Amino acid sequence: MSGDAALERLKREGRIVVVGASLAGLRAAETLREKGFSGSLTMIGDEPHEPYDRPPLSKQVLLGKATADRTALPRRLDIDAKWRLGVPAAGLDMKARRVRLADGDEVEYDRLLIATGVRARPWPKPEEGSLDGVFVLRTRDDGAALERALAAGPGRVLVIGAGFTGSEIASACRERGLAVTVAERGDAPLVGALGGVVGAVAAEMHRENGVDLRTGIMVTALEGDSSGRVRAAHLSDGTTLEAEVVVVSLGAQRNTEWLTGSGLGAGPRGIACDAGCRAFDIWGIVTDDIYVAGDVARSPHALFGYQFLSLEHWGNAVAQAETAAHNMLSESAERRPHVWVPAFWSSQFGVNIKSVGVPSMGTEIVITQGSRAERRFVGVYGYQGRVIGAVTFDQCRWLDFYEQQIEQTAPFPPPYSTVDRRPEGNRPLDADFPDPSIPTHGPTITLSGYSPADRRMKFTPAHN
Amino acid sequence: MRLVVDLNRCQGYAQCAFLAPDVFAMHGDESLLYDPQPDEEHRENVVRAVHACPVRAILLDAMNGSLSTAEARGER
Ligand SMILES: Cc1cc2nc3c(=O)[nH]c(=O)nc-3n(C[C@H](O)[C@H](O)[C@H](O)COP(=O)(O)OP(=O)(O)OC[C@H]3O[C@@H](n4cnc5c(N)ncnc54)[C@H](O)[C@@H]3O)c2cc1C
Ligand code: SF4
Repeated sequence: MSGDAALERLKREGRIVVVGASLAGLRAAETLREKGFSGSLTMIGDEPHEPYDRPPLSKQVLLGKATADRTALPRRLDIDAKWRLGVPAAGLDMKARRVRLADGDEVEYDRLLIATGVRARPWPKPEEGSLDGVFVLRTRDDGAALERALAAGPGRVLVIGAGFTGSEIASACRERGLAVTVAERGDAPLVGALGGVVGAVAAEMHRENGVDLRTGIMVTALEGDSSGRVRAAHLSDGTTLEAEVVVVSLGAQRNTEWLTGSGLGAGPRGIACDAGCRAFDIWGIVTDDIYVAGDVARSPHALFGYQFLSLEHWGNAVAQAETAAHNMLSESAERRPHVWVPAFWSSQFGVNIKSVGVPSMGTEIVITQGSRAERRFVGVYGYQGRVIGAVTFDQCRWLDFYEQQIEQTAPFPPPYSTVDRRPEGNRPLDADFPDPSIPTHGPTITLSGYSPADRRMKFTPAHN
Repeated sequence: MRLVVDLNRCQGYAQCAFLAPDVFAMHGDESLLYDPQPDEEHRENVVRAVHACPVRAILLDAMNGSLSTAEARGER
């Protein structure tokens, strides 16, 4: 049978299975239907809920402006899928093209999309992490539970970790008038993602808004009372802090354990795939029927030296899912690469923070517009004489321009003078990223040049 | 009615907040907060906002609230 005929048949009566029924899974499913796929589509998701949106969980939901059960994603069309919700996929037989579910069922596929995302990294000591009043924030249920705890008006909230999510949680607490302490191991909030120069601005923002920000500090233990409720945290400087609510915000772990032993190139760093979203097996051979998208994927990007990028970005999940779906139904010559320029937004303390490119690859930064003191600026990151990333604080309308600069590998520092460039922005500064060999929880972009099957890679939290 | 705003695209022009103030609100100078599942009574305003957004960042579901089906609840 010619390739064309096989493809037509796949489109007409093939079986496509999507594991991970969230943003990437849903967008891929919609794209498959839009592209004329009329075969059977199965959506497997371990959460009992239909696909919902996560970014509002740390923003609208914690502010009490929307409830966690009302963040279900809109549908562009009826995807007419068989839904297997509330049951995780537990194994993959690549040879037989079968996904095994935790309830023992098996689902056969002609094409598989893996979009199992990441989960919140739990507090390393399970007995402390399971105390009442200790939370993580990743799922709709987490969001509902944390919102309830905040609404009860706790005396103090402790947020462990000042990455984007931790900072947004602290911001929501202050807006609700709650006392909040943020403990961060690094020198400043957001330092892993944006470096020390911008981290210093974030630190001021926390303090001005009444957050008790403690940097260069670790939480060493959580302490419960006799009824199993958290009451205090012990810090590495020897002090003890009383808190009724503790939010563990130490980043995420990739949901790949279910693929252990399957022969797919899946490990703690995610699932490696080519630029067309096709997964690699453990030998680095590209599969032709298994695709990957979203937070769980890591893929090479030509703009960034073919480094494998793992992105925990909403926009990446959408774009990669659409590309994966397109490629699943296309002949090789019609396949498209996923060469999305990373883009991310966050909203905290009423400030709109956005970034494009890969700031964490940058070694230098120049403030091309505005000023850090006013919390309104554009920071451009440079790497080996070219523009590699940009961040804006309340200056988002300039971002498209810098995205183009990154795509064109424009020279750094930018030779032109921009409107509103202040004296402080005339020379590049050391972007001041922490030593990359020290594991952090912060970045939402991970450069991962290692073998996906490398299991020696271990996160070593500094709390014992 | 469900909606999601692609906040990578959104440039804080606040057209939506002006046209459907019960659903969209600015938070600070350019951050946007919105209700992802507004009541049906706001549909007309939301549709106006969708069309007025200069960067087309608002995605509204095309299925007119027909989602509380067995499918959506995972029973099929
Ligand atoms: C609180 C919060 C705030 C955020 N804010 C922003 C923001 O401001 N800007 C931004 O760009 N991004 C933000 N993000 C990130 C964004 O939400 C993610 O990038 C996006 O959700 C990724 O989508 P995904 O479909 O790849 O993965 P996920 O949304 O993680 O979905 C994966 C799904 O697969 C399920 N699953 C896992 N294992 C299995 C299995 N074995 N079988 C079946 N199902 C399984 C999971 O339970 C989950 O439902 C935020 C995330 C969170 C949690
Ligand atoms: S109209 Fe569009 S660009 Fe303006 S704030 Fe609303 S969503 Fe953003």
